[in-house]
Amino acid sequence: MAEFTLPKHSKVQKGKIHPSPEGAERTKTFNIYRWSPDDEDNPRMDSYTIDLDECGPMVLDALIKIKGEQDQTVTFRRSCREGICGSCSMNVDGTNTLACLKPIDEVKGDVTITPLPHMPVIKDLVPDLSHAYAQLQSIEPWLKTDTPAPENGERLQTPKEREELDGMWECVLCFSCSTACPSYWWNGDKYLGPAVLLQAYRWIADSRDESTGERLDALEDPFRLYRCHTIMNCTKTCPKGLNPGKAIANIKKLQLERH
Amino acid sequence: MSKNTSAPQSLRSPLGRAKGLGSSRSGVSHWWVQRLTAMGMLPLVLYCLISFILIADADLDTARSWIRQPFNSVAMILLLAVGFYHASLGLQVVIEDYISTKTRRILSLAFTKMIMTAFAVMSIYSILLIALADGV
Repeated sequence: MAEFTLPKHSKVQKGKIHPSPEGAERTKTFNIYRWSPDDEDNPRMDSYTIDLDECGPMVLDALIKIKGEQDQTVTFRRSCREGICGSCSMNVDGTNTLACLKPIDEVKGDVTITPLPHMPVIKDLVPDLSHAYAQLQSIEPWLKTDTPAPENGERLQTPKEREELDGMWECVLCFSCSTACPSYWWNGDKYLGPAVLLQAYRWIADSRDESTGERLDALEDPFRLYRCHTIMNCTKTCPKGLNPGKAIANIKKLQLERH
Repeated sequence: MSKNTSAPQSLRSPLGRAKGLGSSRSGVSHWWVQRLTAMGMLPLVLYCLISFILIADADLDTARSWIRQPFNSVAMILLLAVGFYHASLGLQVVIEDYISTKTRRILSLAFTKMIMTAFAVMSIYSILLIALADGV
């Protein structure tokens, strides 16, 4: 039967409060989701107040400051801190984004930070993306050709053919879009989600690739592709300003064209 | 993995799980026909709706004779057939979205198709009864 209550250990509780350092004039409070697999505790929201005059401008700067100065146990992924690696994707103030690209002053009031929605949590702000990565692998995101590579050079494209890939090569695979998509929440086991479908179209649209038909074959499925109902949360949330919704529409167009 | 969870449910690789049973190689028709039927319903709904408003205050005989005109009965039958087909395609999407238990999903889909077919046949039969009745 339908379950109307959350399972044990899943209700989020109030957590510890870490007050601001003395003498701080401009302060901001961050409420951060905390959960550890190492104890039996429920998840909780810990609150950390920091001195903005001693902190960089982005949400990731604040997280690094909190981890460095207030609580070493706060766990999150980060690497490049400039929107290229896609590691620090999380939900900030209700929207999936990259913490390194989200200015703190864009958030009015306290800043609430939770992991990417609807994914298993490994610890604190670190979601388990194994399935999403496997789905990416399943669409074979690499150049597939039968024609051997030219001996003394690259496979060529016209400038226009190269332009087709704009708006897709920029994707850093942070999965902010997929985890913002209700269809991915409900049927993510089979639905590939906007991030992976954008990558699939990136190779379908590549003039050098010779597997377009096979790629379309593999996508033609009520669940893999057609769970997309153009809700457009993906495009709205993308921290890189890309349009996965359009890429999916293009795949559907090609499916119809060869139908 | 959490120590709260006991033995893992499966040791299958993530890639194996993602590939699953493979693509069903279908879905374009459903997607396209859903849009076609929506477009087809537009003029039919408009025509029937305007006609209903025009004869809203009329007596039973006027209503009957409206339906008995061949153009009108065909429009009504088309609207009902296309409408119930469209509804059936749409309900299928809703069920696939929200019902994830395998048996419950299959049963709901089958039940919906049957109900929609029955509704379509019943309503079209009613139109025919009026349209083809002897005399008035």
